[in-house]
Amino acid sequence: MRSAKAALLFLCSLTIPATALAAPDASQVERGHKVYDKWCFPCHGTGSGKPGTASLAARGQKPAVLEERTDLTAPAIKTFVRHGVLFMPMFRKTEISDAELDAVCAYLTRNNKPQ
Amino acid sequence: MRLPPGVSSRDFSDALKQFEAAIGKDWVFTSDEDVNLYRDSYSPFWHEEEEPIPSAAVAPDGVEQVQKIAQIASAYKIPLWTISTGKNLGYGGSAPLLGGSVVLDLKRMDRVLEVNDKNHYALVEPGVSYFDLYKYVHDRGLKVWIDPPDPGWGSLVGNALERGGGYTPMRDHFDCHCGMEVVLANGEVVRTGMGALPNSKTWQQYKYGFGPYVDGIFSQSNLGIVTKMGFWLFPEPEAYIAGNVVVSKHDDLFALVEIFANLINSGVVQATTNVVSPLAYGPPDPELAALRASGSTKDLDEYAARKNVGYWSVNLPFYGPADVVAAQWEYAKRKFSVIPGARFEERASYRFPLDAEQLAKIVNPVPFGVPSLQTFSIGGPRSQGHMWFSPIIPMTGEAVLEAQKVFDQVARNLGLSTGSVGGFPIWSFFARAFVIIYFFPIEHDVEKNRRNREIFRRLVKTSAEHGWGEYRTHTAFMGDIMDAYSFNDHALLRLHETMKDALDPNGILSPGKNGIWPKGMRKARA
Repeated sequence: MRSAKAALLFLCSLTIPATALAAPDASQVERGHKVYDKWCFPCHGTGSGKPGTASLAARGQKPAVLEERTDLTAPAIKTFVRHGVLFMPMFRKTEISDAELDAVCAYLTRNNKPQ
Repeated sequence: MRLPPGVSSRDFSDALKQFEAAIGKDWVFTSDEDVNLYRDSYSPFWHEEEEPIPSAAVAPDGVEQVQKIAQIASAYKIPLWTISTGKNLGYGGSAPLLGGSVVLDLKRMDRVLEVNDKNHYALVEPGVSYFDLYKYVHDRGLKVWIDPPDPGWGSLVGNALERGGGYTPMRDHFDCHCGMEVVLANGEVVRTGMGALPNSKTWQQYKYGFGPYVDGIFSQSNLGIVTKMGFWLFPEPEAYIAGNVVVSKHDDLFALVEIFANLINSGVVQATTNVVSPLAYGPPDPELAALRASGSTKDLDEYAARKNVGYWSVNLPFYGPADVVAAQWEYAKRKFSVIPGARFEERASYRFPLDAEQLAKIVNPVPFGVPSLQTFSIGGPRSQGHMWFSPIIPMTGEAVLEAQKVFDQVARNLGLSTGSVGGFPIWSFFARAFVIIYFFPIEHDVEKNRRNREIFRRLVKTSAEHGWGEYRTHTAFMGDIMDAYSFNDHALLRLHETMKDALDPNGILSPGKNGIWPKGMRKARA
């Protein structure tokens, strides 16, 4: 159920028009970048030995590196982090707090364009 | 709200209020949304009632808070399941063994208290991950290596307490620890080794202190909560060589392993490596499976000659001064040359420190003291998780072949492909013995998981019949494996239980961990 729900939300995330996007708060984006580097980059970063990136690439997701995406939404990111998907485990609030997760969302949606 | 077993709703409510007073309301998690984050992401019980789900979680930020939690839990007889970073995926993750336990989450205790690169040690809290310590060392340019296990987000404390292994000469993580701070079930704080000496200057430099050496009873156990732990680190080496030895015939394994054991036990090879059959690379081959089943060595040799990849190979990592590692490799080649047709190749050679460009080219940097998550590619891009079956077997060619034969037979009995079972690598994570690390997929499919649990339990029993025991296991099988360690009517387990009753009379610490239950929950043994 966990992966099916996450996958469904992920698909929805690709079809939700990203209208009414507020301009990203620079300090929030910077904070999110730091949290991303600590918690997400080791699996989803660039370079060799990144199983999250390799999995997304193998499943046809383009670009496979999350930082390069412009279509992620905060609800989808939060679903993946809190529910996990495939071999990605869920993350507890002692690892990534709600405030840190908001910052990660700000970072990963910083380049989204209004549809 | 879920309740801990045997605890009334009123008592639990009172205890939660006291937890909140002790550590702050923000760090007592009781909502389903928060508590479900403590489920095992790789649970072999997905979608089944048996999945153990906690009732709550508490996350202290220091030893004094841990003491208060232990005292409150003792007063209300609330089971606590302690985790460090909670990333022991494949062995249970952050979930308790006993459903309804309160998870004691030590992730917030993530301070690196000291790193010394002159005497080469560190002192850390349980929430410090290998990534955290690597960053601390790297940011300060300290000339020491850490020894990560395959996944870098795990805790040094948790991994060592579970007796995990890495790849460098510091590969046996429990063996490389030096000194602990432990909170007992009654809330008392104990420091082991030289830490028992007030103002000690050598807590991380001499393990034993004075009197009985008790550190071992806090590993793979439920007798205390470890809140600090010291580790010996590896002085940054000058150089590295990875040599590879390939032999061509099935029966060459006997000499290969005998020479390998000599090199390991004499200290020429000091790091983790594995013995593999290059024939097992690639998809399972029905022809190879049939030949294995027939047991004809001559036919197997002919098959290997046709494939021209060698029958067995062993990779030899050497760390140390450049001239020393070169001499070690030359010495190893001389020793293995007694095997007719043995081939040698130098697969890698480095001088340290590696620069960023060199490091970026290395797919798996873990053997160079650099943590990674690369290992999570192991099940493929659509994997839903895994667990490990990991028996210890003798470091002999005879044992390797016997294990291969036995596990092939189990696989055939269960209608599985023998290619996958027979192709397992044999690791040297620990001195003097091999460990087999056998991969079990976790799926979100009830029937497949039930079948895998059945296979797992069959392997535990079959291994025990052959004198092989697992070094570590998923929480789901801890009771099965402790049952197998049954010499003299389970005398070892009864000793563990005697200690459990003495140190934790209210049975609050991680009930069921490694098969050790408190008195009130102990099942009568047949």
